[in-house]
Amino acid sequence: MDFILLSILKTAIAAPVLLGTLAYLVWIERKVLAHVQLRMGPSRVGPHGLLQPIADAIKLLTKEDFIPSYVNHVYYWLAPWLALMFAVTAISVIPIGPIVEIFGVKTNMGQADISIGLLLILGLTGMGVYGIALAGWSSNNKYSLLGGLRSSAQMISYELPMALAIASPLLIVNTLNLREIVNGQAGYVFGIIPNWNAVGGLQMFSFLIYLICAFAETNRIPFDLPEAENELVSGYNTEYSSMKFAAFFMAEYANIITACSVATTLFLGGWHPIIPNELGGQFIPTLICFFFAGVLFYHALNPARPSDRLSMGVIGAIILGLGLMFQVPVVKDLAQPLFWFASKAGFLIFVFIWVRGTVPRFRYDQLMRFAWLVLFPAALLNLLLTAFVVAAKSN
Amino acid sequence: MTLEAFFFYAFTTLALGGATLAITRRSAVHAAISLMVSLLGVAGLYLLLNAEFLFVSQIILYIGGILLLFLFVIMLVNLDAGRGLRQFHQRWPLGAAVTAIAGVAFAILWSRAKLPPSQTMPDVGNVELVADTLLQDYLVPFEVVSLLLLVAVVGSVLLARKRA
Amino acid sequence: MTHLLPPEFFTATVPLNAYLILSAILFAIGACGFMFRKNIITIYMCIELMLNAVNLSFVTFSYQFGKVDGQIYSFFVMVVAAAEAAVGLAIILTIFRNRGTLQIDEIDTLKN
Repeated sequence: MDFILLSILKTAIAAPVLLGTLAYLVWIERKVLAHVQLRMGPSRVGPHGLLQPIADAIKLLTKEDFIPSYVNHVYYWLAPWLALMFAVTAISVIPIGPIVEIFGVKTNMGQADISIGLLLILGLTGMGVYGIALAGWSSNNKYSLLGGLRSSAQMISYELPMALAIASPLLIVNTLNLREIVNGQAGYVFGIIPNWNAVGGLQMFSFLIYLICAFAETNRIPFDLPEAENELVSGYNTEYSSMKFAAFFMAEYANIITACSVATTLFLGGWHPIIPNELGGQFIPTLICFFFAGVLFYHALNPARPSDRLSMGVIGAIILGLGLMFQVPVVKDLAQPLFWFASKAGFLIFVFIWVRGTVPRFRYDQLMRFAWLVLFPAALLNLLLTAFVVAAKSN
Repeated sequence: MTLEAFFFYAFTTLALGGATLAITRRSAVHAAISLMVSLLGVAGLYLLLNAEFLFVSQIILYIGGILLLFLFVIMLVNLDAGRGLRQFHQRWPLGAAVTAIAGVAFAILWSRAKLPPSQTMPDVGNVELVADTLLQDYLVPFEVVSLLLLVAVVGSVLLARKRA
Repeated sequence: MTHLLPPEFFTATVPLNAYLILSAILFAIGACGFMFRKNIITIYMCIELMLNAVNLSFVTFSYQFGKVDGQIYSFFVMVVAAAEAAVGLAIILTIFRNRGTLQIDEIDTLKN
């Protein structure tokens, strides 16, 4: 099929899914954070607050878009969309499944399958800094400027150990194409331990460094200095409201998705199942769905609130259907890789939220010292060791 | 118009427009952002010339590194406080005329040049090719450059340090 | 797929001379800015512009000869530019701290 037509088709499918995921990520984060802190979280709009993202979207869309009189208009307008654009573009090179054949069309699961995918992601996340730096500068507000400067310095500093942490698994898989990187992690050590870089490839250390840097790159707690509420009001987005604020918000979540997806492809074996398919790996998605459906049906039968009888039952039925879908012959090839990829990336996203709920914020000098004096030498040492091991193996 | 021609003219517009704005804007931040647009255009042209590795290093190194450092310094010294000052040399028409003549002369020269038909690259990935050449034929310059970077890092830290 | 763009993309409708002309014009613009700007940082940016123009012609010739060496030179130019930016910006910061200005014609202590 035509290259351009296929790309447009894939984008048309992926874009709404991505935007929906971004919206519901906020709901998931609020819910998880609430349960960490022994609260209920959003529960008013719809069953279990499930319609909260839609309500939030309507609120943000209809809010007054207030622009302070002293801002630099062009860059004030440009900055949030710049940040969102680079954050979303980076997702397009991530493969979520192997090459599949649908209706006679062979294509890769993912937007683009390019030879320099990993480098491109590094570049695009690096350009995302512009959005934040420009927002801080154009707001013409000292808190915003401080937030913008802090974030640029932080992102530049943490990009170095991040790149080094990425380099050491690259020595093993020997390619920059993300799909080939995942394929390089196929198979199992001793037939049972997955041959992922973070497990069988003995790259746990670089995985850890990458994850720490990802926290800093996405401006998350414990490294959320650019928007530290209690010192900088809200950092670079202080002067933003309505859709422009929402754009920054979405960019942050898109960055989290990118970071987690890259970690999944690079260290956790992408779409490969955790247990070999011969040992029943292909039944795991179905079993997990059945388990959750069972829990929901139990709650539907013993409702805590009268409305639960319906809502829990319906959601349980949907999940039950989903579980059966993983065994339907044609859909299976598509759904199973998707399940494994989504569950690995989803677990990492959960870790992000979990850390936010438990770890306090760094001080700024501690943050910089940590990057340059701990993380950077550690990443360098790790790279050196990996290089020696790879060289010894190849001889 | 073919896709290649379309993208060539699009990237050329970016490169030239950004460059012109970069040297004519009064505000240093505007100039830096225009320069970024220009560099992006050049990066796109690298892509059209099958130089993917340079395309990405232009984005990571130039746009994400060097230019961001410029922007950082501009914001740090609050340069736009002095934008009311004279930004252009008094005899700027002279300089512009001289460089314009030189530029047009070179452009005419190149437009008349008859290049031999271009050879094709070996059919391996661009990154692999660059890596092989860099670490085999150009190993000594590579090491020298890394030494240069080390000296630059130490020197800049020493220079920018506050005198006690 | 060894290249980012599909092979059908290249129809050779744009002659390589066009890239070289663009490189010449870019260099002229950079040189022009270098001569008439008065601020050290913008002058620095003009130098980057000129370096980029040179890089573009290196890459064009690399494509022309089917050899990767030109791209390697470009890469070295980029690395040197990075080193230069680091040292240069440190010098600029020091000048600003000592003199409170970045206008080149006000930094003339050596003149008399």
